[in-house]
Amino acid sequence: MQNAANDNVIRLDARREPRRCVATTTSGRPCRNNAVDGGDYCRVHQRPGAEAQSTTSSERPISDTELVDRLVDGGVDPSAIEKLRAFMSRRLKGDYPIDEFGYDRELTREILIPLIRPLYERYFRVRTLGVSRIPNEGPALLVANHSGTIPIDAVMMQYAVTTEHPAERVVRSVGADLVWTTPFVSHLARKTGNAVACDEDAYALLERDQLVAVFPEGFKGVGKGWSERYKLQRFGRGGFIEVALRARVPIVPVAIVGAEEAFPMVGNAKTLASLLRFPYFPITPTFPLLGPLGLLPLPSRWVIEFGEPIDMGQYPQGAADDKMFVFDLTDSIRDRIQQMVYKGLKYRGGTFL
Amino acid sequence: MDRGKRILITGVSNFLGLRIAKRFEDDDEVEAVFGVDLREPSVPVDKLEFVRADIRSPLIARIIDSNEIDTLIHTNITSHPSRLGGRSQMKENNVMGTLQLLAAAQRAKKIQRVIMKSSTAVYGMGPKEPSIVGEDHDNRHAHLYGYGKDCAEAETYVRDFARRRKDVEVVILRTQSLIGPTVRTNMTDYLSLPVIPTALGFDPRLQLVHEEDAVEAFGRATHDAPRGIYNITGQGVVFLSKAIRMLGKVGLPLLFPAAQAASSVLRRVGTVDFPPDQLQFLIYGRVVDYGRAREEFGFVPRYTTEEAIVDFRDHRDGSLGSQPRPAWARELPGLLEPGTGSKEYA
Repeated sequence: MQNAANDNVIRLDARREPRRCVATTTSGRPCRNNAVDGGDYCRVHQRPGAEAQSTTSSERPISDTELVDRLVDGGVDPSAIEKLRAFMSRRLKGDYPIDEFGYDRELTREILIPLIRPLYERYFRVRTLGVSRIPNEGPALLVANHSGTIPIDAVMMQYAVTTEHPAERVVRSVGADLVWTTPFVSHLARKTGNAVACDEDAYALLERDQLVAVFPEGFKGVGKGWSERYKLQRFGRGGFIEVALRARVPIVPVAIVGAEEAFPMVGNAKTLASLLRFPYFPITPTFPLLGPLGLLPLPSRWVIEFGEPIDMGQYPQGAADDKMFVFDLTDSIRDRIQQMVYKGLKYRGGTFL
Repeated sequence: MDRGKRILITGVSNFLGLRIAKRFEDDDEVEAVFGVDLREPSVPVDKLEFVRADIRSPLIARIIDSNEIDTLIHTNITSHPSRLGGRSQMKENNVMGTLQLLAAAQRAKKIQRVIMKSSTAVYGMGPKEPSIVGEDHDNRHAHLYGYGKDCAEAETYVRDFARRRKDVEVVILRTQSLIGPTVRTNMTDYLSLPVIPTALGFDPRLQLVHEEDAVEAFGRATHDAPRGIYNITGQGVVFLSKAIRMLGKVGLPLLFPAAQAASSVLRRVGTVDFPPDQLQFLIYGRVVDYGRAREEFGFVPRYTTEEAIVDFRDHRDGSLGSQPRPAWARELPGLLEPGTGSKEYA
């Protein structure tokens, strides 16, 4: 079952830091991708004349965050202001493209991703492992564990892939109906590229060569109590495995460690939850005790590990119709993610420090 | 074919019926066009012979027989309760009308093809509905009301008809909301408001079909579509917020219950006839896939959703613009009341 013969993959060697790319990203920060073998640059920045990637190059499109940085620094460049104004007026006039699912690339990359950066880098100090195991192109299904009461693990995973993957791929998570009935959350979720948790959407995205992420534990995962932390819940009915089998796309198992402590759920006010029609109503050490302030996650350390892709093409055509086979495969993938979670916990060391 | 098609269009005085009739004016494969409605069409159409009749009356059977109709285009399904004098009248027209029309058609030996105008409203809306809906989507779990429910029920009669008359090619076209310089729909009324109410915290995706593309879809389906159900829409989507900005308008985000109240006030004063069941649209929107229509009978929309909105914005005053327009649309300034678009609903 294990598809081990993949030479391009960087071995998960606990504390070994691979060489980083020396280029500067469009937002003016050092690139965090790993350099390709024997080179100074990652796959994104590796092209002829890559040295011209300096921040002063005028041909390079200037991102708005960089513009803001420059304006704040006092180095006011009239052309930069002009470009910022053009960017703003374009956004206001509505002159930007989105795909059929509502993914707004510009908004996500230029505005939201930079906003998440401090949370990812400074607050949760996320370490991402094995991100280059995700194929550079073509469809794939990410299967991840789900925890942390508020599903910020999906956000962190999207950030990790968008910024650290060589091809800067976008993750299209599929979300349950609660996401789509919640004001503001619903349209942010749309605009950052997410879709509805149903087979149709998963197939449609995979057909468009997208990277689809599922959290098969669903509410059972995010809404589980503190005592069950890092114990993976049942993986639904294995629907996602059927999708991957029929679409013949590889499955990439993902383990996310750290979300559990960010928002530890010590109790569940069930009456209140059913009153508000929520699947659960979390009680944490800080919420609702501290009111809205209690919604702030605790600064736990995070590890996100992407596992070896599992090739679905190796199974016979009709495998998706064999329920027993689907259950077994579902179990084995769940098991693999569970092992990855344990390994990630060990690798992480201290929870908060 | 030894002789041209003899077509009967129901709802011929509505926007779609009339424009389809106009499209057949210079179509050599069409020999004669008959139209039934309760009102006379607002512009003259060559080839068209108008008969004032209710599709629920037995007269329909005689019209079909005596004129040797071989193609029936059923567009007499409306989404505007107030135009017909209330919801129950609307249902009577939409559902019973379709039932009786098909009863008449079932006996007609000459009928070869039935084309029905339905709507993507049959898919319903909700948080669990797929982001892009295909024709085979199972809508059993959708809660349908009003127009969507009418369309779904009328469709079941059409499908029953298709089972009983296997010799007849039955085509159902599910259209998205129409938009364009001359058409009037719930959507154009809504987007024509000076301030556009929206649901606070929600920004649905909008997918629309340009009026010319919708008419062309019916034209093509009349000749080429194999039996089946097809979604008809423009390509691409825009967020409602973006559409409002493109139109140079201001959105008014309301809490959803307030939006419901606002809609009922607007309906009462007659500005916008946005049925309450369609309000879900403000939260979820609805996007469909038209791939099947493209593959089966070569339907390719000329306008994307965005271009359709631009055309609606720029040529609502009756000006023609630079786009080459089909014959029926070139007469459009004559069809318009200045500034308001056509009187006829789609």
